Amino acid sequence: MPEIRNFSIIAHIDHGKSTLADRLIQKTGMVDERMFRDQLLDTMDIERERGITIKSQAITLPFVNADGQEFELNLIDTPGHVDFSYEVSRALASCEGVLLLVDASQGVEAQTLANLYAAMEHDLEIIPVINKIDLPSADIERVKEQIEIDLGLDSDLAVLCSAKKGTGIEDVLEAITELIPPPAGHIDKPLAALIFDAHYDPFRGTVVSCRVSSGKVSQGDTIRLMSTGATYKVEEVGIFRLTREPKDSLSAGQVGYILAGIKTVSDTRIGDTITLDSRPASNPLPGFKEVKPVVFSSVYPVASDEYQSLVDALEKYKLNDAALVYQKDSSAALGMGFRCGFLGLLHLEIVQERLEREFSQSIIMTSPTVQYRFLLTKGKTITIDNPIYYPDPVTIEKAYEPYIRANILTPERYMGAVMDLCTERRGIDSRFNCPTPGRLEIQFDMPLAEVIYDFYDRLKTVTQGYGSFDYDLLDYRENDLVKLDILLNGEKVDALAQIVHRDRARPRAIIACERLKDEIPRHLFKIAIQGAIGGTIIARSTISPFRKDVTAKCYGGDITRKRKLLEKQKKGKKRMKMIGSVTLPQSAFVAVLKSDSK
Amino acid sequence: MQNKQIQIEQDTPSHFPGLYVHVPFCRSKCPYCGFYSIASPTLIPRWLNAFKKEISHCKGHFKEFDSLYLGGGTPTMLDIRDLSNLMDQIFNNFDIAQDAEITIEANPCDLNREKAAAIKSLGFNRISLGVQSFEDNELSFLGRRHTARQAERAMKLLRSLGFENIGVDLIYGFQGQSIKGWINTLKRAIEFEPEHLSCYQLSIEKQTPFVRLYKKGLLSPLSEEMQSAFFLTTSKFLEQHGYTHYEISNFAKNNSFFSRHNRKYWHHVPYLGLGPSAHSFQNSTRWWNIKSVKKYCEMLEGGKAPIDGYENLTEEQLRLEKISLGLRTSQGLDLNKIPDSPESNNMLLRLQDSGFLQIINNKIMPTKKGFLVADQLPLYLLSFAEHS
Ligand SMILES: Nc1nc2c(ncn2[C@@H]2O[C@H](COP(=O)(O)OP(=O)(O)OP(=O)(O)O)[C@@H](O)[C@H]2O)c(=O)[nH]1
Ligand code: SF4
Ligand SMILES: [Mg+2]
Repeated sequence: MPEIRNFSIIAHIDHGKSTLADRLIQKTGMVDERMFRDQLLDTMDIERERGITIKSQAITLPFVNADGQEFELNLIDTPGHVDFSYEVSRALASCEGVLLLVDASQGVEAQTLANLYAAMEHDLEIIPVINKIDLPSADIERVKEQIEIDLGLDSDLAVLCSAKKGTGIEDVLEAITELIPPPAGHIDKPLAALIFDAHYDPFRGTVVSCRVSSGKVSQGDTIRLMSTGATYKVEEVGIFRLTREPKDSLSAGQVGYILAGIKTVSDTRIGDTITLDSRPASNPLPGFKEVKPVVFSSVYPVASDEYQSLVDALEKYKLNDAALVYQKDSSAALGMGFRCGFLGLLHLEIVQERLEREFSQSIIMTSPTVQYRFLLTKGKTITIDNPIYYPDPVTIEKAYEPYIRANILTPERYMGAVMDLCTERRGIDSRFNCPTPGRLEIQFDMPLAEVIYDFYDRLKTVTQGYGSFDYDLLDYRENDLVKLDILLNGEKVDALAQIVHRDRARPRAIIACERLKDEIPRHLFKIAIQGAIGGTIIARSTISPFRKDVTAKCYGGDITRKRKLLEKQKKGKKRMKMIGSVTLPQSAFVAVLKSDSK
Repeated sequence: MQNKQIQIEQDTPSHFPGLYVHVPFCRSKCPYCGFYSIASPTLIPRWLNAFKKEISHCKGHFKEFDSLYLGGGTPTMLDIRDLSNLMDQIFNNFDIAQDAEITIEANPCDLNREKAAAIKSLGFNRISLGVQSFEDNELSFLGRRHTARQAERAMKLLRSLGFENIGVDLIYGFQGQSIKGWINTLKRAIEFEPEHLSCYQLSIEKQTPFVRLYKKGLLSPLSEEMQSAFFLTTSKFLEQHGYTHYEISNFAKNNSFFSRHNRKYWHHVPYLGLGPSAHSFQNSTRWWNIKSVKKYCEMLEGGKAPIDGYENLTEEQLRLEKISLGLRTSQGLDLNKIPDSPESNNMLLRLQDSGFLQIINNKIMPTKKGFLVADQLPLYLLSFAEHS
C-alpha cells in the first residue's frame, strides 16, 4: 500500500502555485508531455484567459522516492486571490499539510498571511517554499527574514525552488513526504467523508468531491447524506487524475469522488458528511465556516420567462461555488430574481461570467452594494444589502456603513495621485510606511462602498499600473446616508437606485445620469433620465431620439443584408431589459456606479 | 367609394415574376456607388457569351414574367448590336408577357438619337435615367461624366421619341448642399414631368472611394436633423406637385407608374436575376450570383451555374422581411403580421400617437416621419412584443 500525503499549495496571488503544481505533476510522470500545457490545473477557460486560479483543483499523483518507497500524493492547487479564499479554506479541510509559497522577489504579502492563519487553524504542517529564485530581483535573505519574523516559521526549513525553471522540485517532494504526516483515521470505523466540493454532470448527476476521514466507501454501497438523511446507491468512486479515474473503493485518508446518481441538485450540500446507510457514523464531521459575503447584487433573467432556467442554473452553479449565497428577490423593474452575496468584486464578475458561459444564462446584474445598518427611531437596528429596502428616511435615527483599511503599495512618485484618489473616495486617517526605498505603503480608512466599484482600476490608472491594493474589513461607522433614485421618463427604476453619502449625492447623481446617457441606446422617443433624493430632482440628462435611420436603397441584394442586420439588432435587443418603454443594456445597471474620470 | 375600390386593386402588386439582368459594366466608376460593376469594356463579348450560357441554365424555371429590368452598371453602354443580341436571347428563351414593363437604366451621355430609337424598337417601354443632379458642380463631386445640359437633352430626346414612362434618378443630401439648391434641382426635374422619380439620400457605401474619404474625415454626412429636413421637404414638394410617395425613395405620378419590377422586391414576389451579383428569389429561397465578371464567365464556361450562395428563409425570416419591407412602402403591411399581444398593441398605439404610423383598415402604414426611421420600426414592433 502506498503511503498517502494530502496537501494544498497556498500563497498570495501569482506567487506560482499552479506552476509548481505543473512541475510536481510532470516530475511524477502523470501526464504525457504532448498533453502538457502551463498551469495544467487551471482547467476553466475563464482561468486560462485571466491567468489566475479560481477553483481549487485536486489531483492524485503516484510517487516513488529515492528509497523506493511508494506514495500517493493528493495535491490541491488553490486560488490566491482573496475573493476565492473560501476555496482555500475548504481545501485545507482535506489536508494534513500545506506548501506555503512565497515569491522570492515580492516577499510575504497579504494573502500569504491570511492563508497561513487558515492553515494554522486547521493545525496543518506548514512547509515554507520560496519560489521564483531564478528572478534577478529575487532576495532570498530578505524573504527568509520575513518568514522568520512576519510568519513566525523556521526559515531553515524553507525549500528554495523555481517552479518555472524546475529547480528544487526534488527538494519540494522530499519535504512533502518527510514532513507532512500521513492521514490518521481508521478504515474499520464507520464511514465519514466530508464533501468539500461538487459539480453537476448532465449525464451522471452530481459529482461529489470528498475526503474520507474514516471507514471505506465502495461501488454498490448505499450511502447516506447526514444533513438530509437522503440515501443513494454508489455507482462509481474514484480519484482525480487529469480526468476522473474509477477505483473499487476510497478509504480513510483518501481524497476522491463519488457518483451516486444524485439528480436532485439541492440534496448535495458542501460541508455535509457522507456515511454508510447500513453502518452510519455517530456524528457528522465538522463542516465549514459560513461564508460572509461583503458585496451584494441582484441577478435577474433578461427575459422573465427564463426565471426557472435561472433557478436551475444557480442551483447547479452553487454546487461548484460554495462561496455564493443567494436568496429570492424581486424588483418592480426587473421582475423575479435573486439577491446574491459575493466575497468581492472579482467573485461577482466570475459568477456573472460563468453563469453566462457555462449555463447559457442571459442575466442582468444590478450595481453592487455593501451592507448598511440603520438604527431606527423605535430603537430597532436593521441591516440591508439592497437599496430597495432603504427605510423611510423619517424613521432613521442613525445610519452606518462598513469601513475598510485600504493598504496601497506604490512607487513614491505616485503618492499625490493616490492621496487624491483616496480622499475623493472619502478616505481618512492616512498612514505611511516605507518598506523599501522608493516604495510607499499608504493606509487609509475608507468606506467599503467607495472601493467596490472601479477603485482598483482607477488606482492602476493613477499609478500607471504600479499600484497594488488590498484591504481588511474594519468596522461599521456612522454616516449620513441617503438613497439616490434614478427615474427614466419619470418612472423610478428600483434596480438603479443606490445608497450614497449625502455630501456625494449630487455629483454621484450627475455622473449616474451621464453614464446612463452613454449606455442607453437612442430610441424612437426622447428619454429623460433623472436623479432624485426623495422627491427632489438633483440631476438630469436627456437622450435625444432617432431623427433618421433608414437605408435609401433596398433592392435584390440589399434585402438579405438588411434582414441579417435586423436579426442581429433583434438579438441584441433580446439581451436588453425593457423597463416601461425603455430598453436598457446590461451594462447600464452597473454603469450608474462608474466614476467620472475615465 | 367605387373609385377607392379600384385604387386599392391597382395598388396590389402583380404576382407574376420579374426578370432582372445585371449589366456589370460602367465607363468609369462613380466614387459613391456600391453596385457591382467594372470599367473594363474589353470583357463585354466574353460576358455576353457567358450570359447566353446562364440563360440556358435557368430557362424553364420561371413561368411568364411581367417585368424585365436591365440594370447595372450601365446597360446603355452596350452598343446597339450587343443590346439587341442580348434582348433576342432573353425573348427567345423566356416567356415575357405582352404588356410587360420593360425598363432600362440609362446614362444621359449614352443617349444619342440612334441609340434611343434602337432602345425603343427593342421593346423598352420604361427608362430609368441616371440624372443624379442638375448642378454641374454636384455632378462633378459625384464623379458623373455628364452635365446637367446633357441630362436635359436626353429627357427631351426620349420624350420626342414617344417614351411615355420615364423615371429620373436623383441624389441629394451632400455636405454643403442647401435645401434651396436641392429644391431647385427637383424643380428642374419636374419641368419634364417624368412619370417616376427616385430620390436617394447620399449614403456612404462600403468599399467605395467615398468611404475612404469619409474615414479620413474629408467627407462628412449631413446631420440627422438636416437629413430629416431634406427628406421631409422632398416628400412635401413632390406631393404638392402631384407625385405619390410610395416607397422611401420612390415617387410616381400615379399608381400606374409605380415601378412594377421594383415592387416585386418589396413584396416577396418571385424574381430571377441574371448576371454577376444578381439576386433571385422564389419559394422562400433566395440565391445570388458571384460578384465578379471573371469568375462568372469562368464558372459558366466550365458548365457551372454562377451561383455564389443561397438561403432558405424560415417562416420567421420571411415574416421579418415582410415587416421591414412593408414598412418601407406607403402601402404598409397587414396588421396580422404583428403579434397580437398587449405589449405589441401598446407599442403600436404609442408609435401611432407619436406619428410614426397610421393604422387604417387593419393595415399598418408608415407616415413620412415613420419612413425616416424605417430601419428602427421593425425592431419596435417585434422585440417589444417578444420581450415581456
Ligand atoms: N520567473 C519565475 N516565474 C514564475 C515562477 N513560478 C511561476 N512563475 C510565473 O508567475 C506567474 C504566476 O504563476 P501561477 O502559477 O499562475 O501563479 P498562482 O500562484 O497559481 O496564481 P493564482 O492561482 O492566480 O493565485 C506566471 O506568469 C508564472 O509563469 C518561477 O519560479 N520563476
Ligand atoms: S452609379 Fe451607375 S454609372 Fe456610376 S458606377 Fe454606379 S452603376 Fe456605374
Ligand atoms: Mg494558480
